[in-house]
Amino acid sequence: MRWYYKVPLRLRSLFRNDKAEQDLGEELQFHLQSQIDENVARGMNPQEARRAALHALGGVEQVKEECREAREMNLIENFVRDLRLGLRMLRRNPGFTVLAILCLTLAIGANAAVFSWVEGILLRPYPLVSNQERLVALAGTVRGERDETSWPDLLDVQRSCNLCQALFVSNITGATVSVGERAQVITGSIVSANYFDAIGVHPVFGRGFEPGEDTGRNAHPVLVISYHLWQTRFNGDPEIIGKTQRFDNVVHTIVGVAPEGFYGTFVGREMEYWVPASMVEAFYGGGDKLEDRGARWCEAYVRLKPGVTRNQAQQEISAIASRLEAEYPATNRGRGIKVWPLWNTPFNHASHLLPTLEIMVVVAVFVLFIVCANVGNLLLVRSLARRHEMTVRLAVGASRGRLLRQLLTEGLLLSACGAAGGMLVAYWCRHALVLFFPGDVLYLPGQIDSRVLGLSAAVCLAVTLAVGLVPAFQTRHLALAETLKTEASAVMGARGQAWFRSSLVVLQVTLSFLLLVGATLLMQSLSQIRASSPGFSTQVFDTSIPLVTAGYDAPRAKMFQDELIQRVRALPGIEAAAYARVVPLSYQSYSSTPIAVDGYEPPANGESTDELYNEVSPDYFATMGIPLISGREFTPADDENAPRVAIVNQTMVARYWLGQNPIGQRLQVKGNWVQVVGLVKDSKYYSLEEPPRPFFYVPLRQYFEIEPDIHIRTTQPLQTIQSALLREVRALDPNLALYEMITLQEQVNRSTSEQLVAVTLVALFGGLALLLASIGLYGVMSYTVSQSTRELGLRMALGAGPANLLRLVLSRGLLLTATGLIVGIALALLLTRLLGNLLFHVSPRDPLAFGAAFLVMTLASTAACFLPAWRATRTDPMRALRAE
Amino acid sequence: MAKPTDLVQGTLDLLILRTLALQPMHGWGIAQRIRQVSKEVLQVNQGALYPALHRLEQQGWIRAKWGESDNNRRAKFYSLTADGAKYLRQEQAQWKRLSSAIGLVLERS
Repeated sequence: MRWYYKVPLRLRSLFRNDKAEQDLGEELQFHLQSQIDENVARGMNPQEARRAALHALGGVEQVKEECREAREMNLIENFVRDLRLGLRMLRRNPGFTVLAILCLTLAIGANAAVFSWVEGILLRPYPLVSNQERLVALAGTVRGERDETSWPDLLDVQRSCNLCQALFVSNITGATVSVGERAQVITGSIVSANYFDAIGVHPVFGRGFEPGEDTGRNAHPVLVISYHLWQTRFNGDPEIIGKTQRFDNVVHTIVGVAPEGFYGTFVGREMEYWVPASMVEAFYGGGDKLEDRGARWCEAYVRLKPGVTRNQAQQEISAIASRLEAEYPATNRGRGIKVWPLWNTPFNHASHLLPTLEIMVVVAVFVLFIVCANVGNLLLVRSLARRHEMTVRLAVGASRGRLLRQLLTEGLLLSACGAAGGMLVAYWCRHALVLFFPGDVLYLPGQIDSRVLGLSAAVCLAVTLAVGLVPAFQTRHLALAETLKTEASAVMGARGQAWFRSSLVVLQVTLSFLLLVGATLLMQSLSQIRASSPGFSTQVFDTSIPLVTAGYDAPRAKMFQDELIQRVRALPGIEAAAYARVVPLSYQSYSSTPIAVDGYEPPANGESTDELYNEVSPDYFATMGIPLISGREFTPADDENAPRVAIVNQTMVARYWLGQNPIGQRLQVKGNWVQVVGLVKDSKYYSLEEPPRPFFYVPLRQYFEIEPDIHIRTTQPLQTIQSALLREVRALDPNLALYEMITLQEQVNRSTSEQLVAVTLVALFGGLALLLASIGLYGVMSYTVSQSTRELGLRMALGAGPANLLRLVLSRGLLLTATGLIVGIALALLLTRLLGNLLFHVSPRDPLAFGAAFLVMTLASTAACFLPAWRATRTDPMRALRAE
Repeated sequence: MAKPTDLVQGTLDLLILRTLALQPMHGWGIAQRIRQVSKEVLQVNQGALYPALHRLEQQGWIRAKWGESDNNRRAKFYSLTADGAKYLRQEQAQWKRLSSAIGLVLERS
């Protein structure tokens, strides 16, 4: 007896069922007693009778043991036998095996990879942070629109929220750090002092922040650095704690090193350092933000107490927000605070990626279905070839249950191989989402944890059942009467299993069609977005210089900006250059202000007259290529001593001046009246998809900003202009560095990268699905033809020409396709709406997309049916009929 | 483990099933019946009988139930299941073909 039977048996005998044991004892006792009775009746004395009975039985304990083994061995023994048999079957058909495992690997791998993305980016985005299911994001609202929150507001929420275990602030920021020779801009977080305690992450060296370190303006220049930064910048210096480091312009003391694998709490970026909120001014500039309820800059998270739902927390926090609104009307009117699930956090990449990942889950499941149908069909066709084997096995006494178990074991072997391959695929692809954001240095790790593994195992089991049960349907139809007869010849489409196989093909066609429609719609949408003009030239370079953190105050910054722009304009090949506070289509936020216009009555319903504006320097419109319709650009004369002026866009004129010429009219900005001196064409501000919106510009000098972006219009290549600019910057101040320089075209591309991910992946899977469906159709048609040689021969003998046969087979294949397409169209009409806001200027029922998908599907299936059909025309009628 | 050869095991299974096709019976009764019907030619090895019964039960061909024996003792009665009956028919057909084939060969030579 082999060890793999023995070990489980021995184990099981440890937990032997007492009842069964007792039964066995009684049964044998009855037998012995009967034998003894008989022996006595034959004239033996009782003792002799007993001995004879025991002898006949051959030892009670031995028989008992054999009975136990007879009971228990079957299951394990059969499983091992099935496993061996399955392996042998798979080895005997290497082509089939490889194809099936490849399909399953792709399907399970795609699902596991998507799961890992969802887990690592949306559900458990922050490695090492404890109990992430109880974390929610907290953001302010102003009249329903999202805004940041202020520090004093958050302190009030923290004090009065009973359902919150902890509230912590975590804002993204950047700093220029130079260690030795290298100066570099790195990303970090401004956090509240309770940050590390609240997330349950403890520095490996030194300490986190102490209570009170987030109070007092610039009072606590302390720093926790990431493990990565410690290793790369400080060479793992064991004496690091207590050392000082210039971060931006402020000398900070390093008090802790975060554990390895902790990347902070921002989806899309790795954090390299953490500073307490007391240092916010050094990083953000613009005065003390800790006491000012009107300064909104905080992005926060809340850890809910166990068992508290998001809705309950929202109710309590809304109540607190309305109390604050009543208490501080000057700063808080119309403002609320909203709780967001972590997977929809509005202030990092989570909310941008959510719709894309949702689509990915659906697409991956579709592909899984298609692959199951396909592999099921392959197995089914193969099981028909194995009918003989099955029938013989049934005849020699295998129960149908045994055959079923064997088929399931084979399915399990296939799907286990597929799952193993799939996990490898998922492992390789877990960080692959970043590849879709070229240029943007994003950190989007997938995570393969126990939940992802569990889900993948569940998928694998479901596949086993689906794939294994399909041929099991087949054995139901096996009639023993046909035991050793040859394959009965078929008439096209006349059998029960043909119906089943056909519906599997129809399912594949339907799902592939859905994916094709989705891919086409998304592709149309992306090309619409890409084709829509942003309203400014995209051949403009853009970067900025970290002046705030280099300690520049306003007068110094003004001098620096003026000198730099003069130098840049003097460089060869420069057409124009200008500053602006905000780059269009970037993640930066525009300033907004309630405005007033002479003669314009605000609507009575209290609708907001808040409008967005940008602070720009002279020559901005010439640099950006935004056409000036009337009036003038800003000039160097529009400085802080001159009367305040503004330039408005067309939509603004249409709304506030009813299309009248606005030049010379007045506009109230932040409580001051300014004169409109120019009118420019509309352009895009936050996204290419946005509708035209009122917008205006004010001179940078009159609304000064220390660290605007510099925009340069030139025909020079990026490398040249970048090094030229850096040279000029260093000539003015050798301690300065540049942020990343990109073209506005790149900015446009980045702003549409989520759509690009969706299009690429859906198109990829759509193509894969098309291929699989074609293979499925081809397989079924080939089989049907090979089974119908007799019918085909008969038809030929009766005078049907090759054209008739071609038509017969093709029409049968296309009937399947047509059925699939009809179901597919019906489903697509229902489902494409779910693409929702990923579609731009494209109707979810766009006839072109449906038409294109229809055409591609029809062509592919015609191609798939053609070879079998052609083979049908080559049927030799004599051979076909004689074969009977 | 002293495992009987396949032929013997298969034959014993067939005999048990055939016997149970008449009426539910306990192990002792099965042994007696086979001996009587075969006119004392076939002596069932009692040590092999019970493991065989348990194996057949495990395979779902027979079912066991406790009941009263003729002399009012508690005994385990086995009866044939539908699956078992089907299996028996196949086995019988197989056996007939096999034995007649062997018979043919033996007569010819």
